[in-house]
Amino acid sequence: MDAAELVEGVRAGKRRPVARLLSLVEENHPVAVEALRELHDATGGAHVVGVTGSPGTGKSTLTDRLIEHYRREGKRVGVIAVDPSSPFSGGAILGDRIRMQSRSTDPGVFIRSVGTRGALGGLSASTADAVKVLDASGCDVVIVETVGVGQAEVDVVRLADTVCVVLVPNLGDDVQAVKAGVMEIADVFVVNKADLDGSDKVHAEVEASMSLGHPDEDDFWWPPIVRTVADRATGVPELADAVAEHRAWAERTGHWHTRRRQRLRRQVRDLLHRAVERFAFSGQDPRDDFAPLFEAAQHGESAPQDVAARILDAFKRS
Amino acid sequence: MTDRPIRVLVAKPGLDGHDRGAKVVARALRDAGFEVIYTGLRQTPQQIVSAAIQEDVDLVGLSCLSGAHNTLFPKIKQLLVDEGAEDVVVFGGGIIPDDDATLLGEKGIEAVFGPGTDTRDIVTFIEKHPRFNGRFE
Repeated sequence: MDAAELVEGVRAGKRRPVARLLSLVEENHPVAVEALRELHDATGGAHVVGVTGSPGTGKSTLTDRLIEHYRREGKRVGVIAVDPSSPFSGGAILGDRIRMQSRSTDPGVFIRSVGTRGALGGLSASTADAVKVLDASGCDVVIVETVGVGQAEVDVVRLADTVCVVLVPNLGDDVQAVKAGVMEIADVFVVNKADLDGSDKVHAEVEASMSLGHPDEDDFWWPPIVRTVADRATGVPELADAVAEHRAWAERTGHWHTRRRQRLRRQVRDLLHRAVERFAFSGQDPRDDFAPLFEAAQHGESAPQDVAARILDAFKRS
Repeated sequence: MTDRPIRVLVAKPGLDGHDRGAKVVARALRDAGFEVIYTGLRQTPQQIVSAAIQEDVDLVGLSCLSGAHNTLFPKIKQLLVDEGAEDVVVFGGGIIPDDDATLLGEKGIEAVFGPGTDTRDIVTFIEKHPRFNGRFE
């Protein structure tokens, strides 16, 4: 399929073109770049919801229940489920679908599993593009599900309009563990497995950590804490309500646009980054004609700064 | 641009609850650098094909130990063809008599791996498949 066929298929919401384009996006294929440019005017309609939390907190099950909920409201749902790739083989076992079976043959649901593939810088960029493909295919809600550990994953979930951070009781000092970076980005806290002992404690810890903040705006958004038992779908309507309320607040106060403006800037930055990188490198290795520059630096004849400057000069002239 | 890893859907059609074999294969394929999408037990052919399309996989590996392979495997291949995904390679494993394996071959199941198969043979079958055009030789 060429770019025009893909664009036509995606606009019509056809599954095979959507799936093919998602693959090309992941490869950062030139056809994907062209197709995404064409599709841009069809994007922006979907509410992008991030679901993040430590492994085993029930993110996939919760996502499954959200799919079910949104489908009952007649909304089309897309899901990007990110799982880690092995840093050793580059392979991955992507198992999020096991828990997302409620609507496995529903044409109004499109689920895609993504491995992190060790390409850390590129993950948020390619996930942002993948979200756009699902958005352009007519999804009303796109859920991005990822483990909230590490900068790369935080970057991924930051492309959401509304971020849900999932916590559970008895994971040790859970709030501590996810605090760095993740606690600040939460728009909604979910205490999942709320039927277990210790859920009150997690709830209290989250409240305590929020009380340390000093909001300087009148219309500050205090992230609500929603208690769920995803297994039994308890609390899911309340979670969906909280997500919708966050959107309403963001639209009312202008935060919706602020966040989307930031997202656009980040995306352009990612595109520039990739363009320069692709100019200088092919895969892991420097481009052939730049290899001598690297060789010289290796032997101490020049500094890495000199190499970068020379490459940038060449880039400007190209 | 980077070559994407080979993507394989490992699926368990039918009603048996034995997924040890499927998990061993999934693990071996991951260690060979493939991306494996595993969907769990007791999947209908429709569920498997729906996942294969959405995940844009290169291959579908089916494991069945209930004896229903003659019905289920060709059904899955047929549904893939109906969806315009005739290029997706289908292979299988489980307790499958030789005669059945031949029959399945005629119906588009490109390889059948029985008990005792060395997982390296499965990796080799995939990497040498014409679909990948000598990319791994």
